[in-house]
Amino acid sequence: MRVRLHGTRGAYPTSSVENQTYGGNTPCIEVIDGSQRMILDAGTGILEIDFNRDYPEKRIDIFLTHLHMDHIQGLAFCKPLFTPGKEVHIWGPGGSSEPLIHRLNRFLSPPLFPIPLRDVPSNLKVHELSEESFTFGDFKVTTEFISHPGPTLGYRVQSASKTLTYIPDHEPIIGKEHLYTADEWISGYDLALHADLLIHDSQYSKEEYPNKIGWGHSSLEMAAEFCSRTQAKRLILFHHDPAHPDTVRTQMFEDFKRGSSYSFPMELAVQGREIEI
Amino acid sequence: MPSHAIELILSRQLADCLSVPVFIVDPLGNLLFYNTPAEGVLGQKFEDTGPMPVGDWGTSFHPHDEEGNPITPDGLPLVQTLQSQLPAHRTFWINNLEQKSTRISVTSIPIIGRSNDFSGAMAIFWDNELHL
Repeated sequence: MRVRLHGTRGAYPTSSVENQTYGGNTPCIEVIDGSQRMILDAGTGILEIDFNRDYPEKRIDIFLTHLHMDHIQGLAFCKPLFTPGKEVHIWGPGGSSEPLIHRLNRFLSPPLFPIPLRDVPSNLKVHELSEESFTFGDFKVTTEFISHPGPTLGYRVQSASKTLTYIPDHEPIIGKEHLYTADEWISGYDLALHADLLIHDSQYSKEEYPNKIGWGHSSLEMAAEFCSRTQAKRLILFHHDPAHPDTVRTQMFEDFKRGSSYSFPMELAVQGREIEI
Repeated sequence: MPSHAIELILSRQLADCLSVPVFIVDPLGNLLFYNTPAEGVLGQKFEDTGPMPVGDWGTSFHPHDEEGNPITPDGLPLVQTLQSQLPAHRTFWINNLEQKSTRISVTSIPIIGRSNDFSGAMAIFWDNELHL
């Protein structure tokens, strides 16, 4: 199983020269296992995917964690949506009083976007997900609602031998320094348990978090504690704050590592990087 | 043990922040969590007891009416919510730790998450004599 990071930035895309180390695209990753591919989230990172080369089939599936702008803004210029003959399936969180397609249409319609979803030239199908397990090609996929403002899913993707957990936006405990001692009270715990690779929100430093309580994101410390508690084997720290130059982000990470003693490998997510699990 | 549904986890986080007693139960009535103020009602600490089956906690605070007649479990808001999956409210009396009869109001609400599954219920106790 391989994971390609097309967008690792949280909040908004940035083209600043100070954000070139970790990349400026907002969240989108691809999970690849042989000929099987799965797209998670549709931030501006999705625009990096070579659909002509990698998705020659008629059907394309895109799985969304939630509908915050940084996770869907790439849909607006996502080629397959505007290609006649393509069949695009968008999967995302249900659990709202408003159907998913209506919620997507708030962004993908005038005046914010010239073409309403109903007029895109592809054959678009929108599916709502709840807490469930299903098969997607060779992958077994499990979804759970996790702690983040608005309906938000985390994903666990299993191939025959490897497991990836993707929780890009997550505040597993709100306003506290540490997780509850009992595992069953930890948001997202089952999704990440014993995963071979955990991609997890880590937007803030420990010092920043107290001013961002309830915004739905983790500190580096919380992400690492979550990884440790779930016994995931490797941690990719995701959802970088675009307000920080990458030199500051790197320094935050170095400072954090110096003060921690976790044994699992962890690193900051880098746009364009492909990770072999 | 599988983790609880997110709506239960967030209910506990809310309970942790409240100054009134809060009890959270699963659909069978097993007490999953009670906050620090609720420890004063049960006379036990959550850290010491952990989760408790309904038989161990359901009558431990001796609910009764104004004349001192015991209220059966079916008359308690939390039990009613578990049976109906609807909110319930009642004012009655319990014995506090000093065995003094105390008038309280209890409001219970069903916990139903985005999956539309009934995950349990949360009861909030209001001590009418403390005027919090």
